[in-house]
Amino acid sequence: MISFIFKRLVQSVIVMLTVALIAFSMFRFIGDPINNMVGQDTSQADRAALTEQLGLNDPFLVQFGRFALNAAEGNFGISYKYRQPVSSLILERLSATLELSLVAAILTLVVGIPLGVYTALKGKGLLSKGIMTLSLIGVSLPTFLIGILLILFFGVMLRWLPTFGRGDVVALGWWTTGFLTLSGIKSLILPSITLALFQMTLIMRLVRAEMLEVLRTDFIKFARARGLPDRSVHFKHALKNTLVPVITITGLQLGALIAFAIITESVFQWPGMGLLFIQAISDVDIPIMAAYLVLIAFFFVVINMIVDILYYAVDPRLRADSSV
Amino acid sequence: MDLLNINNLRIEFPSRHGTVVAVDDVSLSVQPGEVLGVVGESGAGKSTIGNAVIGLLEPPGEMTAGHVLLKSEQIDTLNPEAKRKIRGRRIGMIFQDPLTSLDPLQTIEQQLVETIDLHLKLGEKKSQERAVDLLRQVGIPDPENRIKNYPHQFSGGMRQRVVIALALCAEPEVIIADEPTTALDVSIQAQILELMRRLCKDKQVGMIIITHDMGVIADITDRVAVMYRGKVVEEGTTAKILGDPDHPYTQSLISAVPRPDIRLRRFPMVNYIEAEGERSRNIDLSTHWLGRHRDFEAVDGPLLSLKDLVMTFVTKPAFFKRNRSTFNAVDGVSFDINEGEVFGLVGESGSGKSTVARMVCSLYKPAAGEVNFSGTDLTKIRSENERDFFRRQMQMIFQDPFSSLNGRMRVMDIIAEPIRFHQLASSNQEVEQIVNDLLDHVGLGAQASVRFPHEFSGGQRQRISIARALATRPRFLICDEPTSALDVSIQAQILNLLKDLQEELGLTMLFISHDLPVIRQMCDRVGVMKQGKLLEVSATEDLFEKPTAAYTRELLDLMPRLDKLSHEGLEVEGA
Repeated sequence: MISFIFKRLVQSVIVMLTVALIAFSMFRFIGDPINNMVGQDTSQADRAALTEQLGLNDPFLVQFGRFALNAAEGNFGISYKYRQPVSSLILERLSATLELSLVAAILTLVVGIPLGVYTALKGKGLLSKGIMTLSLIGVSLPTFLIGILLILFFGVMLRWLPTFGRGDVVALGWWTTGFLTLSGIKSLILPSITLALFQMTLIMRLVRAEMLEVLRTDFIKFARARGLPDRSVHFKHALKNTLVPVITITGLQLGALIAFAIITESVFQWPGMGLLFIQAISDVDIPIMAAYLVLIAFFFVVINMIVDILYYAVDPRLRADSSV
Repeated sequence: MDLLNINNLRIEFPSRHGTVVAVDDVSLSVQPGEVLGVVGESGAGKSTIGNAVIGLLEPPGEMTAGHVLLKSEQIDTLNPEAKRKIRGRRIGMIFQDPLTSLDPLQTIEQQLVETIDLHLKLGEKKSQERAVDLLRQVGIPDPENRIKNYPHQFSGGMRQRVVIALALCAEPEVIIADEPTTALDVSIQAQILELMRRLCKDKQVGMIIITHDMGVIADITDRVAVMYRGKVVEEGTTAKILGDPDHPYTQSLISAVPRPDIRLRRFPMVNYIEAEGERSRNIDLSTHWLGRHRDFEAVDGPLLSLKDLVMTFVTKPAFFKRNRSTFNAVDGVSFDINEGEVFGLVGESGSGKSTVARMVCSLYKPAAGEVNFSGTDLTKIRSENERDFFRRQMQMIFQDPFSSLNGRMRVMDIIAEPIRFHQLASSNQEVEQIVNDLLDHVGLGAQASVRFPHEFSGGQRQRISIARALATRPRFLICDEPTSALDVSIQAQILNLLKDLQEELGLTMLFISHDLPVIRQMCDRVGVMKQGKLLEVSATEDLFEKPTAAYTRELLDLMPRLDKLSHEGLEVEGA
């Protein structure tokens, strides 16, 4: 177990260094950082001085080492556009994105798993056929279209829910939350549904397929032959076995929710990291882009590591003491 | 009063191609303390009867006639909830594969306590005590501690004991065991059958054992019903059925069981069943492609010679070598196989016999030792070309005919692939001609080539595997349990085919099996393996008549007691 975690940690560090290398190379190869910082009328001598001062004349490896060390401390430099430290810019928006992703993830699991179980058990019913058809639509419609349709219907026509922004937020230290105000909660509804819909259908279909598979296994047949009631067979034995592979996908998808909140954030003008990133691209604000890239990779790595450890907790077959 | 009565049972499976009658007018009865055997080959409908009795017929299966009486009370017409209450409480069921019968994510205590509490309403504490007690009864050592373990921490035989404990939880009146020992080794099988028999007598439980194995029938049953195509063709006491069967099907079935006591030149064919494949057209091997280029360079001494072969698997991986646990699956095995000889390797599961086979054909790289094939050490070969040269001479036939053929390829392409890879034919037309001839030769007929593997039965698929192995014109054939997944009548056909091919082509064979009677019929010399070590090697007849190793004697003693079986009416060619 310890050696397993150690191994995963080493792998994680390698992944993070690779991503950092990609992020770092953006500085060198996308535009000239000096040009991005100074005005048209800066003299050549000043430019050279600045280049020297920023250490841009150092060898590649030295520069990369410096970048990686700074990044490890959360220091990604100054945004070209906002003239503020990138770390504080991101921190401001991190809470918005994480809250949105968290609500979407909960929605995904709370709706997706029960629907998957239901359609697996009642495969022939009219309702589950209806759900399956709807889920196809959920998988195939692009996120931005769903967002726009929701805005049109609930925001513009019915005027029930706000169509952009986070509403009123309450600051708890550096973390700002929309959970504590009515307008904050109302603002969360449409974007989180938009973000969750695709994942929800994906999880539902996955749970359904896995559950059907498990229901065909011998131990389910044997459980029935022992006279266990359906409730126990389905939820105690079948569902738990179904969830083992679902955990991996959920972990990956949680990362995806955070990373691909970009589109939803753009549609709803949600003041999160994704929106910041999109603006950074149009402004060629490389420090923000680099920081975003490294941060998302970090989320993926951490989530996957948690998933691997969860595997050990859920599946006794993986535990080290599996001796006979 | 009969304990369980099945009267005129008829079960139909409606399908697109018309209704299949799986069980046709079957009547059976069981008394308390009696073991009834239901024997038949796959597809005879025997498992369907078991499922129907406990009310778990797989849809779209349907009972269209007959009824099931438990102590004169009709149970097939009960509502699903009432049927569920009978399951486990009054009728227990044991399935074939102990490795998959238990929920892998729950400790056996959780599974036992849940079932006990459900049926007997004893409460948590009492249920736990009863669970420990049950485990002790089925012979699990140290039950107080082992009960906290998960299923994967038990061996196959121990898991089947847990399954039996689960089936016995609520003291059912009837137990239906569907192939309870098919997945187990002979020594474990003997123990489990003994346990079942004892429990049945002690508790006066009526037991139905569903099996295809005549050895199990001979070992444990009091009465036998023989099924063929959904019908019971014959029923009677075990001694009568095995010793003096009336029905021709029963006679054929019994004669097809490989005999442990004497070596026959060919397996007697089950003449009652229409053979699924007979050679439609024999190829003249002296002129045919298959028979040409058989002039392999002669070798001095044995064709295959293994020296101190070792295979190590890592059971607990670790970063540092000293923390790693390893396990020698094969531990210093040496033997020789001469040209044209059939060498048998026998042993229980986990004895390392398949691992040896895989090292011989370079699927595994041995940790130490030599594999000398016609004078070259295969483990030292570095160049792919040279390796292909030996691969062409050495082919393998695997145990499971269902997973050893690529389901997305047509039979033509499956068999043509090695010919094309090794460039053994000059044109595509020639390849197709060869494939068709091969199919003819193994008894499938050339029209098989356009079909996919799933359209064939297990025995037919094994014929495809054999044709594929022949497609490289091999010199040496490795057969890893080639018939253990097949019915006994099909097994006889496949083994005859292998014998014929071996004689016609002068093949050298490594034949792996756990089944001693089969080994006796097939092999010239035999090696006995146990826990990775080769205990003894001797000529087959010597091994059976005067075994030297104690373990070999033990194995021979455990062979199903087939002395009850009839061998009258046995017509053997050139026996």
